[in-house]
Amino acid sequence: MPLPRIDAAAREIKFRNPELARRLSSRIAELTAEIGRSPVSVMHVCGSHEQAIARWGLRATFPRDLNVIMGPGCPVCITDMPEVDEGVALARQGVVIATYGDMVKVPGTVMSLAGAQAEGADIRVVYSAGQAVELARAESKEVVFFATGFETTAVATAAVLRGPVPPNFSVLSAHKYIPPVMEIVAEMPETRVEGFLAAGHAATITGWGIFEPFVQRHRIPVVVAGFEPLDILSGLARLIELVRDGTPRVVNMFPRCVTREGNRRAQEELWSVFRPVGGRWRGIAHVPNGNLRLTDAWAHLDARRRFTIDLAGLWDYAPATLAADCICGNIMSGIASPTDCTLFGKECVPDTPVGACMVSSEGTCKIWHQYGGIPNLGDMA
Amino acid sequence: MCLGVPGRVVEVEGLNATVDFWGVRRQVRLDIVDQAVAPGDYILNHVGFAIRRIPAEEIGETLALYETLLDQARRDDLMAADVRNEIEATGRGNDDAAS
Repeated sequence: MPLPRIDAAAREIKFRNPELARRLSSRIAELTAEIGRSPVSVMHVCGSHEQAIARWGLRATFPRDLNVIMGPGCPVCITDMPEVDEGVALARQGVVIATYGDMVKVPGTVMSLAGAQAEGADIRVVYSAGQAVELARAESKEVVFFATGFETTAVATAAVLRGPVPPNFSVLSAHKYIPPVMEIVAEMPETRVEGFLAAGHAATITGWGIFEPFVQRHRIPVVVAGFEPLDILSGLARLIELVRDGTPRVVNMFPRCVTREGNRRAQEELWSVFRPVGGRWRGIAHVPNGNLRLTDAWAHLDARRRFTIDLAGLWDYAPATLAADCICGNIMSGIASPTDCTLFGKECVPDTPVGACMVSSEGTCKIWHQYGGIPNLGDMA
Repeated sequence: MCLGVPGRVVEVEGLNATVDFWGVRRQVRLDIVDQAVAPGDYILNHVGFAIRRIPAEEIGETLALYETLLDQARRDDLMAADVRNEIEATGRGNDDAAS
């Protein structure tokens, strides 16, 4: 049965009201001018926000003095090389690796999972943790789900682990937790982020209250925003207003999705399976509590404890030379843009990515490559 | 990806629901949704799990975003591809991981 037709008025009013978009844009320009400094830099930490900003040409409407940066919001991009190496090593040891499609091309220290596959390893693309379990049921060999993604996706991995899983199934967790990395980026002297736009659906799970200690510590405002063009524009306007007023606090501009306490049931599932540990995020830094690993209660499903992963055998090779010129880390820290990279659009393109930011549909470089970087507002429907 | 995808609940059986995404039916797990879900409700699905029930008054607006995305999208559009992948990420039948 098809879905009912959409109410024409809702479509008109909420989503594509150009007059409202123009008013919000002028408001953003006014507020930025009132701050009287240049540039005013704010950061979002979500690939879907960057997709929406690029797709609808919003950046072309921002004033020159406003810098809207995509931070470490792409879970594939910040998966560190040694984590990819663990997947590659396991695959070469004869284990079937199931993972999200974006992960296959992400470079490790020596090779990507695609490289291991070319050498005969068994790599399967799945769309969800559930499909990885299905795959294990149909296989006699050990199947390891190489799990990436932020808390929203980690909740799904947790729920799957709590369900029945076959004995040949385990998880190599590269899941990441966003709130701690905001602390790191806020402290980077080169970035000078004055406000954060937080991702609506991640906050659906965590609740907006989670940002309050951050705001108190760093005196930087956080605004939770949705994904429609008008959601993003209104979120930015509120954020810049808070910067102008020097009144850092958390404002929830996505109340139809996000509450203060979030989805408690999902949080319970998440923290019953995962614990936060410190670890490196590719190109950024060591992030205390930024990585999600299985708790001791789930050790029997943890690939790191089930297998001896032979990383030393991999590291006999020399690293690739092009990767040395890749500036993914600076891009994800907000210090550089894709267009500052000498490889962007030349040696590094979606078919043959040098860096992880060109691999994932949530990577800044791939989004800019796809939609033309700072696009023209004329593309807006 | 953060976007998720909305769909209409057709049938509920314990912690599993059959959900219609623009004519495509998939099995969605209800383990982590924080409110009770019944046939006719709309949910937001993320990698095979309902992460929230969409309140009735927001359904029109929520669907409008996705319909515009899917209608206008070129085949290589990243956001539309992510939405299609979300639907793919969701269980196909009663004998899948949801069982």
